[in-house]
Amino acid sequence: MVRYIFRRTLIAIPTLIAISFVIFAILDLAPGDPTSQLPLTIPQDVREKVREALGFNDPFLVQWLKWMRQMFINEPLNLIEQMFNISIGDSENRARIISWSSKAPVVDTIIERIPQTLWVLGLGFIFGIMIAIPVGVISAYKQYSIFDNVGTFVSMVGYSVPTFFTGLLAIVVFSVWLGWFPSLYDTTHVVDFTDWDSIVFQIKQMIMPVAVISLFNAAALSRFTRSSMLDNLNEDYVRTARSKGLRENRVLMGHVLRNSLIPVVTLIALQIPGVFAGAIITEQIFRINGLGALLITSIQAADVPMVMTLTFIFAALVVLFNLVADVTYGLLDPRIRYD
Amino acid sequence: MATTREQVEEKVDTGQLDEGAKHRSLWGDVWRQFRRHKGAVGGLVLLTVIVLGSYLGPLIWPPDPFGIHVPDANMTPSLEHPMGTDNLGRDVMARVMVGGRISISVGITAMLIGVIIGTAVGILAGFFRRLDGILMRGTDLFLALPILPLLLVIIMLFRDTLRDAFGPELGIFLLVVFIIGITSWMQTARIVRGEVLSIKEQEFVLAANSIGTRKRNVVFRHVFPNVLSPVMVAAALGVAIAIITESALSFLGLGFPSDFPTWGRLLFDAQGYINLTPMRVIWPGLLISLTVISVNFIGDGLRDALDPKLRSQ
Repeated sequence: MVRYIFRRTLIAIPTLIAISFVIFAILDLAPGDPTSQLPLTIPQDVREKVREALGFNDPFLVQWLKWMRQMFINEPLNLIEQMFNISIGDSENRARIISWSSKAPVVDTIIERIPQTLWVLGLGFIFGIMIAIPVGVISAYKQYSIFDNVGTFVSMVGYSVPTFFTGLLAIVVFSVWLGWFPSLYDTTHVVDFTDWDSIVFQIKQMIMPVAVISLFNAAALSRFTRSSMLDNLNEDYVRTARSKGLRENRVLMGHVLRNSLIPVVTLIALQIPGVFAGAIITEQIFRINGLGALLITSIQAADVPMVMTLTFIFAALVVLFNLVADVTYGLLDPRIRYD
Repeated sequence: MATTREQVEEKVDTGQLDEGAKHRSLWGDVWRQFRRHKGAVGGLVLLTVIVLGSYLGPLIWPPDPFGIHVPDANMTPSLEHPMGTDNLGRDVMARVMVGGRISISVGITAMLIGVIIGTAVGILAGFFRRLDGILMRGTDLFLALPILPLLLVIIMLFRDTLRDAFGPELGIFLLVVFIIGITSWMQTARIVRGEVLSIKEQEFVLAANSIGTRKRNVVFRHVFPNVLSPVMVAAALGVAIAIITESALSFLGLGFPSDFPTWGRLLFDAQGYINLTPMRVIWPGLLISLTVISVNFIGDGLRDALDPKLRSQ
């Protein structure tokens, strides 16, 4: 098992390098220029110096290797320094990935934006799982009952309707018509836990985005849980468990559910990168100032280093959670042997 | 509903009773099984209504979707404008019909590109062992790419070039269709490869090989027809995915322009007027959702109908 994890991690490294190369090659065609956002009064020779300083005139391969070095060596070192408040080597002169539009280190901006994204999307994802698994289990156990028929239909609808429509629909109904919740998410709001109104405001503005995301995630997951449960309910071991006199509750919870959750856990792991990609759309609907919104604004500003780093992080998440999914599958299912 | 179902079952029964009396084709059987799936039939009816409405609707609904008439701007639904008007006084219903035509054609064309690439890669990888490794590594690489961010970046980069080359409308259509197509073939390729690997080992392929059938004919006449069912299901679901992807791109303002609108673009344009004319947001969103739901139900029905184990019951 350890050998398998080790081998998979080793394979992931060239995959990530290949992905970063592909993204870099696509972005190299971009018409962006680091000085395009500067005021027009700045003379040409100064602009040329800015370009030179940001490494814009280097050949493609050199730029890519520089980015790789900054991303994989310099930035992690910086993070470690900040976390433990120490300095490793020559930390003053270490080159960082600099955004073309804000001229600030890309990684700092990204770290600023992570909490907003994680709060809304993370809660939505967790609520989604909490709804999906009980619904899937009951649907499968009472197959073809009214609950199952309604649940299957609702999850098919929830799975088909894109979040940008459910989100706007929620805004129309709950903000425009009923006026219950604010239609825009105010990221500057700092929750003051001693002030009740402040907490209520935060909860109110989070309800709609979290509900939209959890509905969408719950739909796909409950369909999957249901079919996984159905597969297991007909297995011989279920009959054995029943015939040796186990209570139905124990059969269902102890035997069937535990086995059915193995593929479900894998699917949950595989869905996590998709949740982050979904942030691009959800954040646009509710104007949440998170990672997705950052990506959209930097694409529109042709801010190549920012787009490159963000896209690469999205890709790294996909690779990482694929690995996590494979490993948890092996850990949970003793029938899988990797040697 | 109940009577048609009984009639279907009756036909099936009589068909089984006097065997040979009436010829039963494979596709006839599939259709018979498909009709038993209530959701799939409902989806097919709904989809037909939406497609006919989009393509034939303008014949009975004359307002010009592009005719700007500012005095009529931002009207709520009325008899004259059943879906209201937009901020430039254009009739929303006429625009939704145009949007439907573009959205559906984007969905179908992008799906065709994706399914053709996916099937070709899957068959090649499954049939020729030498190509298998490299093709599947490529598929894995594509699966690991963050599709939505990359699509946004690619559109941003090539939009102007293609507009100059093919004109504003055809240019963006080709770009969107092409990039959705080349980023949605991976699942099809994996499924087809798996099917080909198992079909390749079956006796009829061995028989075909042993009487000296050429490789090309083995692939096209023996292997390909047997992978058609998963390909058809993938195709149905591919249309839904392509429509959603295109709408998402347009919704982010990086897809089709306002004078060549898709449902996603109409949604994007309506978003700014959500307090003034909230219903303008509902119509295109509702149509995207209904189309995707019906296509997904049809996909479900096809999957059941094409499964010989279920069909023989």
